[in-house]
Amino acid sequence: MEIQTRNEANTTVITITGRFDAVTAPDYEKKVQELIVGGDIRIVVDFAGLDYISSAGLRGLLVTAKLLKAKGGQVRFANVAGTVKEVFDISGFGTIFQMDATVAASLAAIA
Amino acid sequence: MKNDMKCIAAKIENLNGANDFVEEYADLFGLPAKKKFGLLLALEEAFVNICGYAYPDGEGEVELSCAGNDDVLTLEIADRGKPFDVLSLPDPDLTLDIMDRPIGGLGIYFIRTLSDSVSYRRENERNILRMGFKRSQENPAL
Repeated sequence: MEIQTRNEANTTVITITGRFDAVTAPDYEKKVQELIVGGDIRIVVDFAGLDYISSAGLRGLLVTAKLLKAKGGQVRFANVAGTVKEVFDISGFGTIFQMDATVAASLAAIA
Repeated sequence: MKNDMKCIAAKIENLNGANDFVEEYADLFGLPAKKKFGLLLALEEAFVNICGYAYPDGEGEVELSCAGNDDVLTLEIADRGKPFDVLSLPDPDLTLDIMDRPIGGLGIYFIRTLSDSVSYRRENERNILRMGFKRSQENPAL
Protein backbone atom coordinates (compact mmCIF):
# COMPACT_ATOMS: atom_id res chain seq x y z
CA MET A 1 0.00 0.00 0.00
CA GLU A 2 1.19 3.49 -0.87
CA ILE A 3 0.38 6.21 1.65
CA GLN A 4 0.66 9.86 0.67
CA THR A 5 -0.39 12.94 2.58
CA ARG A 6 -1.08 16.54 1.64
CA ASN A 7 -2.61 19.55 3.33
CA GLU A 8 -5.75 21.11 2.02
CA ALA A 9 -8.00 23.62 3.76
CA ASN A 10 -6.39 23.04 7.18
CA THR A 11 -7.04 19.34 6.82
CA THR A 12 -4.67 16.45 6.10
CA VAL A 13 -5.71 14.34 3.12
CA ILE A 14 -4.28 10.82 3.23
CA THR A 15 -4.30 8.97 -0.10
CA ILE A 16 -4.06 5.18 0.15
CA THR A 17 -3.53 2.94 -2.85
CA GLY A 18 -3.13 -0.82 -3.29
CA ARG A 19 -3.79 -3.34 -0.54
CA PHE A 20 -4.84 -2.49 3.02
CA ASP A 21 -4.07 -5.80 4.70
CA ALA A 22 -2.31 -7.36 7.68
CA VAL A 23 1.07 -6.49 6.16
CA THR A 24 0.31 -2.83 5.43
CA ALA A 25 -2.14 -1.88 8.23
CA PRO A 26 0.71 -1.11 10.70
CA ASP A 27 2.11 1.44 8.21
CA TYR A 28 -1.22 3.26 8.11
CA GLU A 29 -1.59 3.22 11.90
CA LYS A 30 1.95 4.59 12.28
CA LYS A 31 1.27 7.36 9.77
CA VAL A 32 -1.90 8.51 11.52
CA GLN A 33 -0.20 8.36 14.92
CA GLU A 34 2.56 10.61 13.55
CA LEU A 35 -0.05 13.08 12.30
CA ILE A 36 -1.77 13.12 15.69
CA VAL A 37 1.55 13.71 17.47
CA GLY A 38 2.17 16.60 15.06
CA GLY A 39 -1.20 18.10 15.93
CA ASP A 40 -2.96 17.18 12.68
CA ILE A 41 -6.28 15.84 13.90
CA ARG A 42 -8.54 16.79 10.98
CA ILE A 43 -8.14 13.99 8.48
CA VAL A 44 -9.72 12.92 5.20
CA VAL A 45 -8.77 9.51 3.83
CA ASP A 46 -9.05 9.11 0.05
CA PHE A 47 -9.85 5.49 -0.89
CA ALA A 48 -10.01 6.02 -4.66
CA GLY A 49 -6.92 3.93 -5.38
CA LEU A 50 -7.56 1.19 -2.83
CA ASP A 51 -8.12 -2.26 -4.38
CA TYR A 52 -8.45 -4.44 -1.31
CA ILE A 53 -9.17 -4.28 2.41
CA SER A 54 -9.29 -7.06 5.03
CA SER A 55 -10.27 -7.19 8.70
CA ALA A 56 -6.74 -6.04 9.57
CA GLY A 57 -7.31 -2.94 7.43
CA LEU A 58 -10.69 -2.25 9.02
CA ARG A 59 -9.08 -2.72 12.43
CA GLY A 60 -6.41 -0.14 11.51
CA LEU A 61 -9.12 2.33 10.54
CA LEU A 62 -11.01 1.67 13.77
CA VAL A 63 -7.96 2.02 16.02
CA THR A 64 -6.97 5.34 14.45
CA ALA A 65 -10.55 6.66 14.46
CA LYS A 66 -10.73 5.93 18.20
CA LEU A 67 -7.39 7.71 18.76
CA LEU A 68 -8.58 10.74 16.80
CA LYS A 69 -11.89 10.86 18.65
CA ALA A 70 -10.04 10.75 21.98
CA LYS A 71 -7.95 13.77 20.86
CA GLY A 72 -11.00 15.72 19.75
CA GLY A 73 -10.18 15.16 16.09
CA GLN A 74 -12.23 14.13 13.09
CA VAL A 75 -11.82 11.69 10.24
CA ARG A 76 -13.91 11.27 7.08
CA PHE A 77 -13.53 8.79 4.23
CA ALA A 78 -13.89 9.70 0.56
CA ASN A 79 -14.33 7.54 -2.54
CA VAL A 80 -15.05 4.27 -0.73
CA ALA A 81 -16.47 2.24 -3.62
CA GLY A 82 -16.74 -1.12 -5.34
CA THR A 83 -15.69 -4.29 -3.56
CA VAL A 84 -13.93 -2.30 -0.81
CA LYS A 85 -17.27 -0.63 -0.04
CA GLU A 86 -18.94 -4.03 0.06
CA VAL A 87 -16.41 -5.23 2.66
CA PHE A 88 -17.36 -2.20 4.78
CA ASP A 89 -21.01 -3.05 4.37
CA ILE A 90 -20.91 -6.76 5.24
CA SER A 91 -18.80 -5.99 8.33
CA GLY A 92 -21.13 -3.25 9.57
CA PHE A 93 -18.29 -0.71 9.26
CA GLY A 94 -20.17 1.15 6.53
CA THR A 95 -22.42 2.76 9.11
CA ILE A 96 -19.89 3.71 11.78
CA PHE A 97 -17.63 5.96 9.69
CA GLN A 98 -18.39 9.27 8.01
CA MET A 99 -18.26 8.68 4.25
CA ASP A 100 -18.48 11.06 1.33
CA ALA A 101 -18.60 10.64 -2.42
CA THR A 102 -15.58 12.90 -3.07
CA VAL A 103 -12.60 14.42 -1.24
CA ALA A 104 -14.11 17.85 -1.81
CA ALA A 105 -17.31 16.76 -0.08
CA SER A 106 -15.28 15.39 2.86
CA LEU A 107 -13.32 18.64 3.15
CA ALA A 108 -16.52 20.66 3.06
CA ALA A 109 -18.10 18.47 5.75
CA ILE A 110 -15.09 18.63 8.06
CA ALA A 111 -14.65 22.42 7.84
CA MET B 1 -7.80 -29.10 -12.76
CA LYS B 2 -4.54 -30.32 -11.24
CA ASN B 3 -4.10 -29.81 -7.51
CA ASP B 4 -1.36 -27.49 -6.31
CA MET B 5 0.32 -27.19 -2.90
CA LYS B 6 2.61 -24.76 -1.17
CA CYS B 7 4.17 -24.59 2.29
CA ILE B 8 4.99 -21.17 3.71
CA ALA B 9 6.50 -20.14 7.05
CA ALA B 10 3.73 -18.79 9.28
CA LYS B 11 4.79 -15.15 9.28
CA ILE B 12 2.61 -12.17 8.43
CA GLU B 13 5.16 -10.86 5.92
CA ASN B 14 4.62 -14.03 3.86
CA LEU B 15 0.99 -13.10 3.19
CA ASN B 16 1.87 -11.73 -0.24
CA GLY B 17 3.46 -15.05 -1.24
CA ALA B 18 0.38 -16.96 -0.07
CA ASN B 19 -1.87 -14.51 -1.89
CA ASP B 20 0.09 -14.82 -5.15
CA PHE B 21 -0.01 -18.62 -5.04
CA VAL B 22 -3.78 -18.79 -4.52
CA GLU B 23 -4.52 -15.94 -6.95
CA GLU B 24 -2.60 -17.65 -9.72
CA TYR B 25 -4.60 -20.84 -9.19
CA ALA B 26 -7.87 -18.90 -9.11
CA ASP B 27 -7.01 -17.18 -12.39
CA LEU B 28 -6.21 -20.49 -14.09
CA PHE B 29 -9.46 -21.92 -12.72
CA GLY B 30 -11.37 -18.91 -14.04
CA LEU B 31 -12.90 -17.69 -10.81
CA PRO B 32 -14.84 -14.44 -11.44
CA ALA B 33 -13.31 -11.24 -10.01
CA LYS B 34 -15.66 -10.77 -7.07
CA LYS B 35 -15.48 -14.42 -6.11
CA LYS B 36 -11.70 -14.20 -6.25
CA PHE B 37 -11.75 -11.15 -4.00
CA GLY B 38 -13.73 -13.17 -1.44
CA LEU B 39 -11.35 -16.13 -1.78
CA LEU B 40 -8.27 -13.95 -1.20
CA LEU B 41 -9.90 -12.17 1.72
CA ALA B 42 -10.83 -15.49 3.36
CA LEU B 43 -7.27 -16.69 2.70
CA GLU B 44 -5.79 -13.66 4.46
CA GLU B 45 -8.05 -14.04 7.47
CA ALA B 46 -7.16 -17.72 7.90
CA PHE B 47 -3.46 -17.15 7.22
CA VAL B 48 -3.24 -14.27 9.72
CA ASN B 49 -5.04 -16.36 12.35
CA ILE B 50 -2.45 -19.11 12.00
CA CYS B 51 0.43 -16.61 12.15
CA GLY B 52 -1.03 -15.15 15.32
CA TYR B 53 -2.11 -18.21 17.25
CA ALA B 54 -0.99 -21.58 15.88
CA TYR B 55 2.63 -21.55 17.03
CA PRO B 56 2.93 -19.58 20.28
CA ASP B 57 6.18 -21.30 21.23
CA GLY B 58 8.09 -20.99 18.01
CA GLU B 59 7.98 -21.17 14.28
CA GLY B 60 5.82 -23.28 12.04
CA GLU B 61 4.35 -23.56 8.62
CA VAL B 62 1.11 -22.91 6.80
CA GLU B 63 0.21 -25.49 4.17
CA LEU B 64 -1.93 -24.26 1.31
CA SER B 65 -3.57 -26.58 -1.16
CA CYS B 66 -5.81 -25.69 -4.07
CA ALA B 67 -8.04 -28.05 -5.99
CA GLY B 68 -10.43 -27.36 -8.83
CA ASN B 69 -13.22 -29.84 -9.51
CA ASP B 70 -16.09 -29.07 -11.85
CA ASP B 71 -17.52 -25.83 -10.55
CA VAL B 72 -15.75 -25.58 -7.20
CA LEU B 73 -12.34 -24.26 -6.24
CA THR B 74 -11.40 -25.78 -2.89
CA LEU B 75 -8.76 -24.12 -0.74
CA GLU B 76 -7.38 -25.98 2.26
CA ILE B 77 -5.28 -24.14 4.84
CA ALA B 78 -3.51 -26.30 7.40
CA ASP B 79 -1.21 -25.86 10.38
CA ARG B 80 0.48 -28.18 12.84
CA GLY B 81 -0.38 -26.20 15.97
CA LYS B 82 -2.46 -27.44 18.88
CA PRO B 83 -6.03 -28.50 18.05
CA PHE B 84 -8.13 -25.43 17.36
CA ASP B 85 -11.35 -25.06 15.41
CA VAL B 86 -11.51 -21.48 14.21
CA LEU B 87 -15.18 -22.05 13.30
CA SER B 88 -15.97 -22.42 17.00
CA LEU B 89 -15.45 -18.67 17.45
CA PRO B 90 -18.63 -16.57 17.64
CA ASP B 91 -19.43 -13.91 15.07
CA PRO B 92 -18.85 -10.31 16.21
CA ASP B 93 -21.69 -8.01 17.23
CA LEU B 94 -21.99 -5.87 14.12
CA THR B 95 -24.52 -3.53 15.68
CA LEU B 96 -22.23 -2.09 18.36
CA ASP B 97 -21.09 1.53 18.19
CA ILE B 98 -17.55 2.22 16.96
CA MET B 99 -16.28 3.11 20.44
CA ASP B 100 -17.74 -0.01 22.05
CA ARG B 101 -16.78 -2.53 19.45
CA PRO B 102 -13.95 -4.89 20.42
CA ILE B 103 -10.97 -4.89 18.08
CA GLY B 104 -10.91 -8.12 16.12
CA GLY B 105 -13.31 -11.01 15.61
CA LEU B 106 -14.17 -10.01 12.06
CA GLY B 107 -11.84 -12.45 10.34
CA ILE B 108 -13.85 -15.57 11.01
CA TYR B 109 -17.01 -13.73 10.03
CA PHE B 110 -15.48 -12.96 6.62
CA ILE B 111 -14.44 -16.60 6.20
CA ARG B 112 -18.00 -17.76 6.88
CA THR B 113 -19.64 -15.06 4.78
CA LEU B 114 -17.44 -15.13 1.70
CA SER B 115 -17.06 -18.87 1.14
CA ASP B 116 -19.79 -21.08 -0.33
CA SER B 117 -18.86 -23.84 2.09
CA VAL B 118 -16.47 -24.10 5.01
CA SER B 119 -15.48 -26.91 7.36
CA TYR B 120 -12.83 -27.78 9.91
CA ARG B 121 -11.18 -31.10 10.62
CA ARG B 122 -8.28 -32.36 12.69
CA GLU B 123 -6.22 -34.88 10.77
CA ASN B 124 -2.68 -36.21 11.23
CA GLU B 125 -1.89 -33.65 13.93
CA ARG B 126 -3.02 -30.85 11.64
CA ASN B 127 -5.81 -28.29 11.81
CA ILE B 128 -7.35 -28.11 8.37
CA LEU B 129 -9.75 -25.41 7.27
CA ARG B 130 -11.46 -26.26 4.00
CA MET B 131 -13.28 -23.62 1.98
CA GLY B 132 -15.20 -24.01 -1.26
CA PHE B 133 -15.81 -21.28 -3.85
CA LYS B 134 -18.22 -21.88 -6.72
CA ARG B 135 -17.24 -20.46 -10.07
CA SER B 136 -20.79 -20.11 -11.37
CA GLN B 137 -22.50 -18.64 -8.34
CA GLU B 138 -22.27 -14.97 -7.40
CA ASN B 139 -21.55 -14.36 -3.74
CA PRO B 140 -24.70 -12.84 -2.24
CA ALA B 141 -22.60 -10.84 0.25
CA LEU B 142 -20.34 -9.07 -2.23
